[in-house]
Amino acid sequence: MSHSEHIIKSYDSELLRLTGEIVRMGELSISQLEAAIDVVERRDERAARRVVENDEAIDALEQEIGHDVVRLFALRSPMAGDLRNVFAALRIAADIERIGDYAANVAKRSIPLSMVPPIPPTKGLDYLAELAAEEVRDVLKAYHEQNAERAYQVWKDDAELDEAYTGYFRQLLTYMMEDPRNITPCTHLLFMAKNIERIGDHATNIAESVWYQVHGEPLTKQRPNRDLTSSPESVNLGEKPAK
Amino acid sequence: MNDISLTPGDLSIAASASRPIPSAEPEPETKVEIKNLSFYYGNYKAIKNISMSLYTNQVTAFIGPSGCGKSTLLRVLNRIYDLYPHQRAEGSVLLDGENILDPRQDLNLLRARIGMVFQKPTPFPMSIYDNIAFGIRLYEKISKSDMNDRVQSALQRAALWDEVKDKLQQSGFSLSGGQQQRLCIARTIAVRPSVLLLDEPASALDPIATGRIEQLIEELKYDYTIAIVTHNMQQAARVSDRTAFVYMGELIEVDSTEKIFTKPGNKQTEDYITGRFG
Repeated sequence: MSHSEHIIKSYDSELLRLTGEIVRMGELSISQLEAAIDVVERRDERAARRVVENDEAIDALEQEIGHDVVRLFALRSPMAGDLRNVFAALRIAADIERIGDYAANVAKRSIPLSMVPPIPPTKGLDYLAELAAEEVRDVLKAYHEQNAERAYQVWKDDAELDEAYTGYFRQLLTYMMEDPRNITPCTHLLFMAKNIERIGDHATNIAESVWYQVHGEPLTKQRPNRDLTSSPESVNLGEKPAK
Repeated sequence: MNDISLTPGDLSIAASASRPIPSAEPEPETKVEIKNLSFYYGNYKAIKNISMSLYTNQVTAFIGPSGCGKSTLLRVLNRIYDLYPHQRAEGSVLLDGENILDPRQDLNLLRARIGMVFQKPTPFPMSIYDNIAFGIRLYEKISKSDMNDRVQSALQRAALWDEVKDKLQQSGFSLSGGQQQRLCIARTIAVRPSVLLLDEPASALDPIATGRIEQLIEELKYDYTIAIVTHNMQQAARVSDRTAFVYMGELIEVDSTEKIFTKPGNKQTEDYITGRFG
């Protein structure tokens, strides 16, 4: 609502620092996701281990943000918009930390995947990761700009990632049914795809936090969900429709 | 770090849990209705056309910068301003439907119905017992034993009895600041008012004495309608059900305390409570 300065200037610096930490943490998580996809393509075990290790930097930032939030609550007693700002930062940091975990999981699974012969559907993971990274990038911009409408758009657009995931799931099932030797790599790819799909879910959580931060009320609309893999119809996802 | 596994159990996870709809709160009963109230110190208009209600058994906090008119508003509610020349109020203040600004209003009776406690504790220069009994004697003639009961009851309600029961004949001034303030609250409730006006009752007290006063307010609201003026935003948030923001004699916003401190509707309120004012 208000962007004028506090009478106590250091309060402004502390809130600005918090926003900066969140954005930095978010950017790190995007880099991690991109690096994870890169190591899947390159089948580079050492690089994969580096991605897994780098997740610690995101975890450390989350701890720092947690510390700053507690300090702000204790010393500044934030109210109204400031209160929502600090509360949202804490929630968003937890979501980004999970995004970092999922990126590290993708890198971790790339190691056993690189030990079996490559299969064509590996390429499909790129598209999912691009969509997820775009969602995270957009929602971070929405957070930085305090733009609830932009956050809402991300929240809605996650359906596209869900849909892509469902398609990929179907594709992998087909490969597994065609040749049992594909089961091991396809299972790894399934887990990796699910990790990426979950990154989108955390981006929508962040969008909800931004919405709350700006409007002071929860985003209660019904979100379209096109991930059909956990619905009863999923048993038929790998089969061609009966004629 | 957790990996995600697709197990058959996933299939049974519900997509979302429905949020229970909170039951509608009963409409609060109006105890004091302030209508188009203006107040003048000579020619200076200190309160400008304020309209709002104080609800029965609720605590209403008045916040705002110094000189905004919040204490003046409290002074109007029991017409204490009548003690001073060149001060006048316009509009109406209805206590249970009766206009207390009516010139025919019996001010002694009014001040028994609407009690006031000030920022600085104001014990009378007499014993603890007489501090309580004094007010009761003004309004009622009761037996010694009834008076003892009333004094004890008032001191108990003010959470002071245990600390003073063995020294009731000592001077009120022998008590600590926090105890003196609770003595003043006991003195006020001894005459059985229906509304309590508290003008920064804890601003001169340490955090422990302040905590006791706040606890007392929480207990007293079940029997009284309370209005409190405070400069301490956290105190307003802790003790009140509704909060009114007053600025330059105008009521800028009044709403539930939760709303005012999480999502105020007015930018001036937001700027004030977040420390951006000025």
